Amino acid sequence: MATHSGIERLSRIGLVVGLLILLAAPFIGLYPVFMMKALCYAIFACAFNLLLGYTGLLSFGHAAFLGAAAYATGWLVRSAGWPPELGILAGMAFGGLLGLGVGLIAIRRQGIYFAMITLALAQMIYFVWLEAPFTGGEDGLQGVPRGKLFGFLSLESDLVLYYVVVAVFVAVFLFIVRIVHSPFGQVLKAIRENEPRAISLGYDVDRYKLLAFVLSAALAGLGGSMKTLVLGFATLNDAHWSLSGEVILMTLLGGMGTFAGPVIGAFTIIGLQDFLADRVGAWVTVIIGAIFVVCVVAFRRGFVGELKAWLQRRANYTASRSVSKDAGQ
Amino acid sequence: MLKLKTISAACAVAAAAFAVPAYAQVSGDVIKIGFITDMSGLYADIDGPAGAEAIRMAIADMGGAVAGKKIELLVADHQNKPDVAASKAREWFDQQGLDMLIGGTNSGTALAMAKVAAEKKKPFLAIGPGSSALTNEQCTPYTIHYAYDTVALAKGTAPAVVKAGGKSWFFLTADYAFGSQLQADASKVVLASGGTVVGSVRHPLSASDFSSFMLQAQSSKAQILGLADAGGDTINAIKAANEFGITKTMKLAGLLMFINDVHSLGLKATQGMYLTDSWYWNQSPESRAWAKRFFEKFKRMPSSLQAADYSVAQFYLNAVKAAGTDDGDKLMEQMKKSKVNDMYAKGGYVRPDGRMVHDMFLMQVKTPETSTTPWDYYNVVATTKGEDAFTTKAESKCSLWK
Amino acid sequence: MDIFGIPIQAFLGQLLLGLVNGSFYAMLSLGLAVIFGLLGIVNFAHGALYMIGAYVAFIALDTFGIGYWYALVIAPVVVGTLGVVIERTLLRRLYRIDPIYGLLLTFGLALIAEGVFRDQFGVSGQSYPVPEALQGATNLGFMVLPNYRAFVVFASLVVCLGTWFVIERTRLGATLRAGTENPALVQAFGINVPMLVMFTYAGGAGLAALAGVLAAPVIQVTPLMGSNLIIVVFAVVVIGGMGSILGSILTGLALGIVEGLTKVFYPEASNIVVFVIMAIVLMIRPAGLFGKEK
Repeated sequence: MATHSGIERLSRIGLVVGLLILLAAPFIGLYPVFMMKALCYAIFACAFNLLLGYTGLLSFGHAAFLGAAAYATGWLVRSAGWPPELGILAGMAFGGLLGLGVGLIAIRRQGIYFAMITLALAQMIYFVWLEAPFTGGEDGLQGVPRGKLFGFLSLESDLVLYYVVVAVFVAVFLFIVRIVHSPFGQVLKAIRENEPRAISLGYDVDRYKLLAFVLSAALAGLGGSMKTLVLGFATLNDAHWSLSGEVILMTLLGGMGTFAGPVIGAFTIIGLQDFLADRVGAWVTVIIGAIFVVCVVAFRRGFVGELKAWLQRRANYTASRSVSKDAGQ
Repeated sequence: MLKLKTISAACAVAAAAFAVPAYAQVSGDVIKIGFITDMSGLYADIDGPAGAEAIRMAIADMGGAVAGKKIELLVADHQNKPDVAASKAREWFDQQGLDMLIGGTNSGTALAMAKVAAEKKKPFLAIGPGSSALTNEQCTPYTIHYAYDTVALAKGTAPAVVKAGGKSWFFLTADYAFGSQLQADASKVVLASGGTVVGSVRHPLSASDFSSFMLQAQSSKAQILGLADAGGDTINAIKAANEFGITKTMKLAGLLMFINDVHSLGLKATQGMYLTDSWYWNQSPESRAWAKRFFEKFKRMPSSLQAADYSVAQFYLNAVKAAGTDDGDKLMEQMKKSKVNDMYAKGGYVRPDGRMVHDMFLMQVKTPETSTTPWDYYNVVATTKGEDAFTTKAESKCSLWK
Repeated sequence: MDIFGIPIQAFLGQLLLGLVNGSFYAMLSLGLAVIFGLLGIVNFAHGALYMIGAYVAFIALDTFGIGYWYALVIAPVVVGTLGVVIERTLLRRLYRIDPIYGLLLTFGLALIAEGVFRDQFGVSGQSYPVPEALQGATNLGFMVLPNYRAFVVFASLVVCLGTWFVIERTRLGATLRAGTENPALVQAFGINVPMLVMFTYAGGAGLAALAGVLAAPVIQVTPLMGSNLIIVVFAVVVIGGMGSILGSILTGLALGIVEGLTKVFYPEASNIVVFVIMAIVLMIRPAGLFGKEK
């Protein structure tokens, strides 16, 4: 197992096992509403990881796009009577559009400035939602019906909606895998590794960064839209900076720049919050903060990253041992 | 570093393992009552943990069991966030077999919880929230609005203030469901009483600095500053009004005030203010007796919400006893047939729109000189009969009451 | 008399209140700029340090009966010490890697601080009384101004200008600035650069705490007071130019005034006006108004 191709096989098996658990979840005692919520945030984290892990851009205001799509979908489905699938697509589009706006302003600066600007712009958008009448402000946009998917599949049942969410999640996951392995994805990785060199090779780096940003924003929006349908409301929490922080933690904790990392990170954080909320009250914030600190200081590669590195080390060790054996003792 | 990494990884895996919750517990033999309110924020004093304790007192007074089943109380803090409230309610109904939900302060959360309870066909008994929408546009067959509401507050306080000479009003409104509804209901009454509404400004919930709002109020040149907020917001607004000399040119009308607010601000700052409330600890021998029990635990007098928490829990449990079941529909039917006759209200009953009708009291805060004992803060100026205090059938926007 | 249809009282009143807010923006963005300019760390925990400073003052009064004037000294010292601890144990490990980790670490620290204080004190806040000497208000004709708020403006101006002077005009400041431009060379001169860096962070933390004590009688002392403010302060620093100390001070004051004016004409927009200005400035002058491209 501890060979390089073995690692490949192991990750593939891991993903399949994960998928099987997801498919079986309602029948092995996992609360479907919790799972759906976690999957929506997993989509959010995967979208964020596309930007941070693969393009190297830290957006500190990503919740703005999730919130925007959540409100858009919520309003369209509830007050304009749109069917769920159109509502979700519209939400995604709105998220992406907002991403375009934010991206155009923020791309002008790099690194830490970029992060601060995205944070500030997200905060501005938050205050717009706070004042805008259609969002319901502090009360949130409530009473969003689930409707019938494509006109015939009623989503009222938690079970039915669960499998729809799983399907969307798998689609997003595969889509991101596809992007990362495409030529476009390779350029993004090049930008992350060494931006000046990418520029010197003739790539319009800003265009690529902006496109990645918009894509990430749209997918984050998809997570938000689905969440609105699942829970039936969209609130200010969906656009709050603390959610922006949480998605960074999910990605960091799970493993930046890996595929499964953000998913594991999302489930861990959501699960932790759910589990601890009743028991420890305000200490949830403390624990989240502590995990942040520990991760940054000692655990930067996250679960999946550390796992990969460990397996890599084993593989190298085995390889070097077999080489030295061949060299004849 | 390696060791630290290993430890971190191990801890994280353990946390993840805990994080996948083992949820499936169904209650068959237990009556589960849920209570979701603001436990730590600006409304924590008027309801909050003491309200939960009041419910526990009611359960204990019932002997801890009813109709052969044990009674259990689940408590949660919604932090004034409707999504937290709705998610917790849904989880309790789905996973914990919750039989009844008591709604604490914050109308936004109550509206969200009412929807969830209606979906799950379980009773939702709203104590803390004020928004009259709960029994009008947003009424459901499963909501009972038990204590007070914005219509009663408006119909109680506004006419008295206008009659005392406060004709022009400027509203300082908490920017969410409760504040907007209270401003709307109060404006209607002010106009009907012959007054005028000069302007208004909305402030964020749990605002920390009211100075710029005070300036706006002052420049409106209105006679009355109507405070359409509650709890910590009202306290801070009144403090700011004093600080900026607003009280020299305008009178304050606290549209929702509780005894905790008066205690916090002191009689000097609040004397002469009119307020409408559903219960006062000193109103009758029974109320005094129960208040004494509360005082022994908390060293302060209960607010009307905490008294209502006690009363509603008993009301529900008595209904369970009478109907012999924990089925939501049957219990709603039972409760709409029953009367409320306890230390909280006399001759109270539940209308088809879910409104629990009982008398409301217009009170005026005493001056420091006339207050003889601790917590002796109010003079009861007038009693409004239930039928006149709340939304009338003609005004009602609830489809269940036609 | 009316300006654009608004009575002059309201206009001047909001302007004055805006100046008070601006003083806080200036003090906090100053601390942030000092730490960033000299350490390269974006200190997200700055808001939390401000909050802790206010709570130190509150606890000093509530539990120990120690008054406001002592708190003005005690809080910065306590929080400064906390800053030393943070710098030595945590921040020091991050200087060689991507600066985003510094931001994320301080973000985590801010969450920890907020959570601990929320658990202890709840969210709705404690009130802190105005010190006796500064109580009362002056009737300026167009509004009644509490004396304390005038003091705040004055005090923060003194602190800001004093700090600017130390950094830009004294030998100590020159050493600090040299130490960040070329630590190795400065170290070769025999100056203990790590110690210098540590005290700089402590100094920035102390500044934040001082702002917290000044703020305590004005707004409620709540665990959320830092996080409410920090993002606006970020915007101020971006507008002013990240490395520029004078830029932060002037921008902070100016933005407070602009916010106050917005409250007069279009109150709903007062929350977002800072960010709108930031967006505009970024389009025209990405380095900020006073910034230098690093």
